[in-house]
Amino acid sequence: MPRPHVALLLALAAAYGVSHFPGGLDPYLLDVLTGIGINIILAVSLNLVNGYTGQFSLGHAGFMSVGAYLSSAVSLFVAPKLVGELSAAGEVTQGAVFLAALITGGFCAALAGLFVGVPSLRLRGDYLALVTLGFGEIIRVIFQNVEILGGALGLNAIPGSTTLTWVLAVAAVTVFVVHCLVDSTYGRGFLATRDDEIAAAAVGLNPTRYKIVAFVVAAFFAGVAGGLYAHFKLTITPTGFDFTRSIEIVVMVILGGMGNAVGVILAAVLLTVLPEVLRPIAEYRMILYSLLLVLLMLLRPQGLFNFPARRPRG
Amino acid sequence: MAEFLQQLLNGLSLGAIYALIALGYTMVYGVLRFINFAHSDVFMVGAFIGYFAGRIVPEGTLWGGLVVLLAAMAGCAVLGMLIERLAYRPLRGAPTLNVLITAIGVSLLLEYSGQVFFGAAPRTFPAILPSANFTLGGLVLSSNQLVVIVVAVLLMIGLELIVHRTKIGMAMRAVSLNPRAAQLVGVNNDVVISFTFGLGSALAAAGGVLYALNYPSIDPLMGVMPGLKAFVAAILGGIGNIPGAALGGLLLGVVETFVNGSQWSTYKDAIAFAILIVILLFRPAGLLGRATVEKV
Repeated sequence: MPRPHVALLLALAAAYGVSHFPGGLDPYLLDVLTGIGINIILAVSLNLVNGYTGQFSLGHAGFMSVGAYLSSAVSLFVAPKLVGELSAAGEVTQGAVFLAALITGGFCAALAGLFVGVPSLRLRGDYLALVTLGFGEIIRVIFQNVEILGGALGLNAIPGSTTLTWVLAVAAVTVFVVHCLVDSTYGRGFLATRDDEIAAAAVGLNPTRYKIVAFVVAAFFAGVAGGLYAHFKLTITPTGFDFTRSIEIVVMVILGGMGNAVGVILAAVLLTVLPEVLRPIAEYRMILYSLLLVLLMLLRPQGLFNFPARRPRG
Repeated sequence: MAEFLQQLLNGLSLGAIYALIALGYTMVYGVLRFINFAHSDVFMVGAFIGYFAGRIVPEGTLWGGLVVLLAAMAGCAVLGMLIERLAYRPLRGAPTLNVLITAIGVSLLLEYSGQVFFGAAPRTFPAILPSANFTLGGLVLSSNQLVVIVVAVLLMIGLELIVHRTKIGMAMRAVSLNPRAAQLVGVNNDVVISFTFGLGSALAAAGGVLYALNYPSIDPLMGVMPGLKAFVAAILGGIGNIPGAALGGLLLGVVETFVNGSQWSTYKDAIAFAILIVILLFRPAGLLGRATVEKV
């Protein structure tokens, strides 16, 4: 069996194992670990766009909010009609409903990604940055105006289906899918698009298509992460997915070294734990992030955790 | 009809501010081929310099307003050049993506430093100028709106003179056309780029002060929305094209004011991005821009 598949199975087994000693983890640690898992999903999926494909999206929180809202809507409005009261249903039913909700959220986010990506990805990277930023704003305005989704108050009383097992399992699947996608013959096209669009087009690849595929896949996982987040926090508001959230994810990708999976995961862990440690100086956190961005670009543009890679096998 | 003209007038005065900011985006894009994300925060700093200067000068006088405007413009010109010198110049020749990330970093740095130093709570901008309302037929024009339009038109005429009638303006156009060729005929690119940043930032500062006069509540994040919209205006007119930025700004201001006056007013912040997406789909070079082909 290929190594990535073994790694995936091991990770899934570990995630399942975690659920069998919940007494060993205190709630605070559980909270931080869940946060880390969600951030890994977000950072690794954004890495596909910003790292491997060389585009620059600033709207990841926007896709996350689409996933969060739509999956919550499934849990709150659709599921009770199909299976009755959720808390009364069996464990398997609950799990199936949650999975369906997550996947719905992911697909809606992917659809939004397609809708945003098709016009903007035909153009250069800096346009994409602004269009995705604008998209985040539009999404917020729309959610604020849709009464059935709670308007400006947001959605409340979302069932707390998210467990550490779910988060770790989805994180493992995300890392696996992104790794296998980029490592495949097809996936070389992402790297070619990043390295030189014109040269890629000259050898018969379609850069726009690759960009859109990367964008849609990343949006899907952002949507799933949003669903996990909503069922973890139990309440969501339109302003909870603002620009700063997108920036946090971008900083993770850049800190880890764009296109470096291990570095990005490390950065996601670091940047989730850091705010906990730095709680006393929380107001300076964003200043720190922004300085970090500028200094990294000036001094170490390849990222903090990007060490010279071994030659890829095969 | 009177209401239509009134809305048009309000839209033009908002659009004039967008145009001033859009000019900075477009000029910097012209010489450096990148979008200066920090521009919208220079606009914010301009408003804050205006705020602090406005507390020193006596309220309600014309010369006081002029001093405030000039102080903000000078302060931001220096800030713009400083940003270029410290953050962008070391990256000349680096991939576009790195410069873009740096620009975003600078933008966030200004915003969050602003929140720490000025506080996140909105402040009330002093009424620097004497205010009055003029009525023309059924139309009401406030003196602040008049000032916005007059100052914006004067600044744009000034910019046109600088770009087309002076030596440094000629150098700017040369660098924008072809940086390497400009260097070969003796243009000092660094000086021109620095000057362009100064000029663009001064215009953004003027926009900031004028904006704050009309919407007298300022906070460190006030630049984000007008900045984004001005960027849309620059794309709408054709990025890198100076008259295009002015036209795009005015158009966007008018459209937004009409949407705000209609039943869809809650969507007024979304309309600019809808326009952006439509423009990118059907005419990516913008209204006055010319499509270019990248040569290999």
